Amino acid sequence: MSYIEIRNLTVQFMKINEDGSEVPGRKALEDISLDIEKGSFVAVVGMNGSGKSTLAKCLNGLILPTKGDVIVDGMNTRDEDHLWDIRSRVGMVFQNPDNQIVSSIVEDDVAFGPENLGIEPAEIRRRVNQALKQVGMYDQRLKGAHMLSGGQKQRIAIAGAVAMRPECIIFDEPTAMLDPKGRENVMNIISELNADGITAILITHFMSEAVETDRIIVMNAGRVLCDRTPAQLFSDTEMIERAGLELPPFIELREKAGLPSDVTNLEKMAAYMNNR
Amino acid sequence: MIRDITLGQYYPGSSPIHRLDARVKITATMLYIVELFVVNNFAGFLIAGIALFTVIGLSRVPLKFIFRGLSAVFIIIFFTLILNIFLTDGRVLWHWKFITITYEGLTRAVFMAVRLIMLIIGSSLLTLTTKPIELTDGLEKLMSPLSKIGVPSHEIALMMTIALRFIPTLMEETDKIIKAQQARGADFESGNIIQRAKSLIPILIPLFISSFRIAQELALAMEARCYHGGSGRTRMNEIHFHKGDAVAAVILVLFLTLIIASRRMGMPAIQ
Repeated sequence: MSYIEIRNLTVQFMKINEDGSEVPGRKALEDISLDIEKGSFVAVVGMNGSGKSTLAKCLNGLILPTKGDVIVDGMNTRDEDHLWDIRSRVGMVFQNPDNQIVSSIVEDDVAFGPENLGIEPAEIRRRVNQALKQVGMYDQRLKGAHMLSGGQKQRIAIAGAVAMRPECIIFDEPTAMLDPKGRENVMNIISELNADGITAILITHFMSEAVETDRIIVMNAGRVLCDRTPAQLFSDTEMIERAGLELPPFIELREKAGLPSDVTNLEKMAAYMNNR
Repeated sequence: MIRDITLGQYYPGSSPIHRLDARVKITATMLYIVELFVVNNFAGFLIAGIALFTVIGLSRVPLKFIFRGLSAVFIIIFFTLILNIFLTDGRVLWHWKFITITYEGLTRAVFMAVRLIMLIIGSSLLTLTTKPIELTDGLEKLMSPLSKIGVPSHEIALMMTIALRFIPTLMEETDKIIKAQQARGADFESGNIIQRAKSLIPILIPLFISSFRIAQELALAMEARCYHGGSGRTRMNEIHFHKGDAVAAVILVLFLTLIIASRRMGMPAIQ
């Protein structure tokens, strides 16, 4: 049994007419079935409106399926008795760093999640300190959240999720509003968390980020267009074209220079060039 | 300009005042404000002033920081001074055409100004030395007896936490909107007062819409972090009543007695 099982998931939002009546609107997701294994690092990519964020919000019960089921660690998101269990196991980091920080002081914000879980104060303190050290923000723990840079705020948001000791964290375009430095920093933290055994689901527009994962799910118009490893996906230029994506720069270079397709990252490319 | 208001800002530190129980500090501040209105002569203000500056000294908050809060309310203090000087009857000190300055007016003006200044310094000292979360936790605890009669004390406290947290965010948002509207040729600086008030509409409406958007995103983020109301919630920093808090409470009672006694200290009463 996989950690997260998605079975024939369809989400259809309701549209409110001018006369106030509700009618079924567009289908945001249509008949999606996926399995996500424990400890894996999965990227979800696709154009705006392809349903990536809706899919992410289905995984911790923020959006409930219109049809089909989402089962997290054996618990159905439709089951209200397990909703908080699911959310404590599946953390989430959103795009806008400003709009997900609840408290003015860094460490109080990180403590917000564990406090909601009703954990002992001493244990909360331990988790908060550990989470802050993990994202490299321990020294700033007493600062005001508004005094931090975007990248630092996003690290606080990650620490807030980590402090709940989740088994999986969903990152919903966490780097979209950051500068290159902050982006690199956040990506490193995500990779480290995954290496520590946390299942990471990364929704992103940046192919250079997606290429660092184990598996890429390409979404298009509410459906899964393809589901492959980065190496497989980026050697299929026709698929990239169809999904409206672009190649990561070094893969584009590889294609144009006619290098073999097993050159899947910068290190391999450097090694290949040196051998020649 | 808005940035200068120290009211509601926290100055990090670990002084005895910082470490006091928030409930003690809130009660003390409220009593202090009441006491400022009990005082009816300058002897009382001397006692209150000595107490205030002792607390400032103990808190190790730089004076510069404390007085910055005053500059924002300078206009109010100024008008209080002017109105009291010119509009009080009594012994005439100086007279020129329709302007009359009386001895009573002058003392009363100074009296009111001192009261206002001490009021503002005292209350900003509370927020300067107390973390917002402690402040709201303290308020929640102080209000908790009221929750039995249906007052949503946890919700009120959370609302305050979020309001404090989003002051800087909404300020940035306002700044962005003003610049965006100016780039489109909006004019906020000329015209009479009505025209200027009207020109605020293109700022307020986008601000309103964006605060709804922020609220929605924040609610989603809070739900994702398992927020489900006040029941079953714990706190990282539980509020504890320490020995120091007991000492502070005793000092507070003494101070209260002194202030009430100051009404009978033989100084001329002003009011």
